[in-house]
Amino acid sequence: MISIVVNGEARRFDRPLNCAELIARLELSGKRVALERNGEIVPRSRFPAEMLGDGDRLEIVAAVGGG
Amino acid sequence: MKPHENLDALVIAGKSYASRLLVGTGKYQDFAQTKAAVEASGAQIVTVAIRRTNIGQNTGAPSLLDYLPPSKYTLLPNTAGCYTADDAVRTLRLARELLDGHDLVKLEVLGDPRSLYPNVVDTLGAARTLVKEGFKVMVYTSDDPIIAKELEAIGCVAVMPLASLIGSGMGILNPWNLEIIIQHATVPVLVDAGVGTASDAAIALELGCDGVLMNTAIAAAKDPVLMASAMRKAVEAGRDAYLAGRMPKKPYAASPSSPTTGLIGKP
Repeated sequence: MISIVVNGEARRFDRPLNCAELIARLELSGKRVALERNGEIVPRSRFPAEMLGDGDRLEIVAAVGGG
Repeated sequence: MKPHENLDALVIAGKSYASRLLVGTGKYQDFAQTKAAVEASGAQIVTVAIRRTNIGQNTGAPSLLDYLPPSKYTLLPNTAGCYTADDAVRTLRLARELLDGHDLVKLEVLGDPRSLYPNVVDTLGAARTLVKEGFKVMVYTSDDPIIAKELEAIGCVAVMPLASLIGSGMGILNPWNLEIIIQHATVPVLVDAGVGTASDAAIALELGCDGVLMNTAIAAAKDPVLMASAMRKAVEAGRDAYLAGRMPKKPYAASPSSPTTGLIGKP
């Protein structure tokens, strides 16, 4: 069981997972997003290799309208 | 196409753009209107904001970039809503990753949520960090000529002084400061923030600005698509007027345009 915070919200997963799996679980596959894990950018190419750990804080962002 | 048009491109960080009008994508009623307005404006550079993605809601819903694809537009991520240099830097690092390594960015660090006036001290700090990390920074700032020059010295690729407060539509409040900035700049100067209507944009270009960035002026007009088209013309007209070299202002030397001799009824 790991607990992580994604975009300010706590989430629990029954076993450790990598960023690609997380993206899929959040139904964000195929969407253009960027991910920051504990303050560091995780490039999209590294998603399958980057394992998440208990206590990780993630920001997942997208482009929206703005001036 | 006018003969000199190809030679009068806006050049930012070594890349040429035919349009000197840059537009934002916020405050529209929907993506379709955003797209229609952007198209009517003729803008090639379009700003976007970077925000936490919605999770678990409307997973099939289209996104902004479906309407304004990176293949067609130069997307300029901004740091709207950032009040510290750290937040701005973090946001733009995410933006660069989001946009496949594209590193032309708009930096803004705000100082006050009511006036949205820039915090130029934190802006300078963020600019130093971002330039060191290889970003090409177009920086939103006040109309302080010394700060503008310092931002240029740091390595920003364009300086973007405000005309007036973001979203205020008050137009250019201090054309004299803008002139000083323009005279001393060796990078493009674009007015960003406060444009309200077409004449504001024309004046900016007449003063010698290289371009104008606007959002609310178009999105909050009663007919945004029509205003976008007006802005396109205004920017072109202002630029042509600037290149044409206006007549001097002569407050005390009125000079008629018609002959002063041969008037009937004279002795």
